[in-house]
Amino acid sequence: MENQGIIQFEHFGFQYTAQAEPTLYDINLTIRKGEKVLIAGPSGCGKSTLAHCINGLVPNSYPGKITGSLTVAGQDAGKLGLFGLSKIVGTVLQDSDGQFIGLTVAEDIAFALENDCVPTEEMHRQVEQVAKLVDVEQVLRHAPHEISGGQKQRVSLGGVMVSQVEVLLFDEPLANLDPATGKQAIVLIDEIQKRTGCAVIIIEHRVEDVLYRPVDRVVLMGDGRIRYDGDPDKLLCSDLLQSSGIREPLYVTALKYAGVTLTPDMRPSYLPELNLSLEQKEQVRNWFSRQPPVPAEPEREVLLRAEGVDFTYEGGHHALRGITGDIHRGEMLSIVGTNGAGKSTFSKVICGFALPQGGSLTFAGTDLSSLSIKERADHIGYVMQNPNQMISKTQIFDEVALGLRNRGVAEEEIRPQVEETLKICGLYPFRNWPVSALSYGQKKRVTIASILVLKPEMIVLDEPTAGQDLKHYTEIMDFLRELNRQGVTVVLITHDMHLMLEYTPRAMVFHAGKVIADKSAAEVLNDPEIVAQAHLKETSLYHLSALCGVDQPEEFTRRFIARDREVRL
Amino acid sequence: MINLFNYIDRPSPIHRLTGACKLVCLIAWSLAAMTSFYTPLLIAMTAASLELFRIARLKVKDISFMLGIMSAYILLNNLLIFLFSPEHGVGIYGSRTVLFSLLGPYVVTAEQLFYHLNVILKNACTIPIVLLFVCTTNPSEFAASLNRIGVSYRISYAVALALRYIPDIQREYRDISLAQQARGVEMSKKASLVKRLKAASTILIPLILSSMERIETISNAMELRGFGKESRRSWYSGRKFTSMDIACMVGCLVLMAVSLLITWRSGRYFNPFAG
Repeated sequence: MENQGIIQFEHFGFQYTAQAEPTLYDINLTIRKGEKVLIAGPSGCGKSTLAHCINGLVPNSYPGKITGSLTVAGQDAGKLGLFGLSKIVGTVLQDSDGQFIGLTVAEDIAFALENDCVPTEEMHRQVEQVAKLVDVEQVLRHAPHEISGGQKQRVSLGGVMVSQVEVLLFDEPLANLDPATGKQAIVLIDEIQKRTGCAVIIIEHRVEDVLYRPVDRVVLMGDGRIRYDGDPDKLLCSDLLQSSGIREPLYVTALKYAGVTLTPDMRPSYLPELNLSLEQKEQVRNWFSRQPPVPAEPEREVLLRAEGVDFTYEGGHHALRGITGDIHRGEMLSIVGTNGAGKSTFSKVICGFALPQGGSLTFAGTDLSSLSIKERADHIGYVMQNPNQMISKTQIFDEVALGLRNRGVAEEEIRPQVEETLKICGLYPFRNWPVSALSYGQKKRVTIASILVLKPEMIVLDEPTAGQDLKHYTEIMDFLRELNRQGVTVVLITHDMHLMLEYTPRAMVFHAGKVIADKSAAEVLNDPEIVAQAHLKETSLYHLSALCGVDQPEEFTRRFIARDREVRL
Repeated sequence: MINLFNYIDRPSPIHRLTGACKLVCLIAWSLAAMTSFYTPLLIAMTAASLELFRIARLKVKDISFMLGIMSAYILLNNLLIFLFSPEHGVGIYGSRTVLFSLLGPYVVTAEQLFYHLNVILKNACTIPIVLLFVCTTNPSEFAASLNRIGVSYRISYAVALALRYIPDIQREYRDISLAQQARGVEMSKKASLVKRLKAASTILIPLILSSMERIETISNAMELRGFGKESRRSWYSGRKFTSMDIACMVGCLVLMAVSLLITWRSGRYFNPFAG
């Protein structure tokens, strides 16, 4: 029975107990054995809830009211319960650190077996087998902090495969990985599916990255309903992704800008097999020459100068090895590189959270080493990745006012300053709300506001858009660009290649504690050597321009970004 | 950073013993030391514990932090005993041999000094064993061994997870505290105690919130992989008792029995003054 549905939603709906409106409406969806399905949609569209229904966290951990039916492997999901479902559906969660339960790789893979009371010897045998399959047998005895992000994800995958599941469910598998590791993850998922014949469901809003390997079907969700369910090629020929607030693959958008009419037989969903006629290639070349060249960045004065900065952690980890580079006043700059390349350490050194053992940092001519954390904060603001790690007050106003109050500013001066900042950040209407009522993206803004109110000349943000869909990403980034226009120097630490291309003219690339490139973002991404070394990912525009015979891929990328910006505004 | 649950991976006969065996030995040994004031036994146990420490190939450097805290504790403990009950030894041993007198009512007697010697010996023969257990038991085996001696696996696992998250939370605390300091929260000793307590609260709230997120993720991940399904579970790191394990446990239980027997037959205290 090849076409039998292993997961079947019929007129399925769900409403969380704590919410006034249902999150899912009338879902009809069949996932067949051995199928590979991408479920895409903007934040809040219900795709994670759908995933939780499949693995049983809804209604077990997140209670609510279910209507319609969901059958898994021919049985009612409610009757199977969380534990019954866990035998059929293996879930790899988004946070590969958070879901690492065991103290070592081997124990983490064994966790499900332990809970099934599998005898110890048998367990060792099975763990070894699975470890080979996901290629972590070299690190079986390692602790989570001793392995890379990609390896952690392999371990998570091994941990669910050990139960001989029939469905593998990936909840935003790319969220915490650097671009190159994300690419490897997609390849791994593809290989595992081919080898085991499991059905694979990938929940993700980064469509282009998932399509690095072909999928059988794309399910597009919006407002709790299924908007599209079918062939990925057809989907890309339409404007459905754009109108749902999901980013199309860049090469697809570029083709559309060039006036190429896409048809499913051109295979737009899989770049290596993209089939363009000679005329269509001509169309792309013509479009490129019609676009105005992008003006060069103006010369700016140096704001922060790092010279030979060297830093070693207490445990002996040599994190920064002679960092030299300038950050200019009024620019917007990306710092990219793998996890552990030294990006975060560098930002800590700038803010004074860590004191370098060698080299010097000067800010607007002042030696930073003479300034304390607090004094540096007058000039340099730092926004952490997770807003929950920064917010310490329950009211928005108080949170933003905290820094001023700590500085002993008079209360009557605080109010206008906080209100002005809230206006800039688009939070003024919420000024009397409790923080807990805000969405993740809004909380992020609160943390940015709480730094901005201190009027720093430079602001450093760690992964400002992690986990945000296109709409929220655009909101946050356009807001940062606006700040930048008003004169604030913005430094972004990021894994997001598109963010770096779209918003920051210049990028500093870190690798193993050194700066290996400091040039325009388009140049970085068109340099295969740097891309490989720093675990970045070349943009698909590079391939498209090669395919169409455009001889200036960097300029092609730049002109595309400039055009895309006009269209989207 | 200070590592509280400091497993030190070095091959030694003590490391090779199973966690459950070491836990049983620790409990038996501590009971033996706690109930007895029989000085020859305490001296023998102290000597033995130092020898075990050497066999486990642990160095003083490895445990200098914990050793420091424990020495301070012993010192304080003895000081307080002397301050509040300078005649305690006299009461126990039934004689009073004055050596010299200090301020006011404080007189140093041989009996009191001998009592202090016993208190120190009791600590000295237990502390190395506790450190030995902590440093030679793989944390993952710890949960398995708790479960083995009858503690529910849910509680055992919770304890093991809590221990494992201590370094993570320490790191997070540091990050949050630095970010708050950048916003002008004063954490240094310059600020008054009230101010510092208030400052600590601005760190605790984000720390609790982000820990809650962590707990939600881990508990979902655990349930999704069947934790809590059965009334018992097996352990990847669980090991069968070897003959060495059994010998050690029997040895420690005999020691406990001997200690209890001495206490029962000749009273709690070894009395050199009753000549």
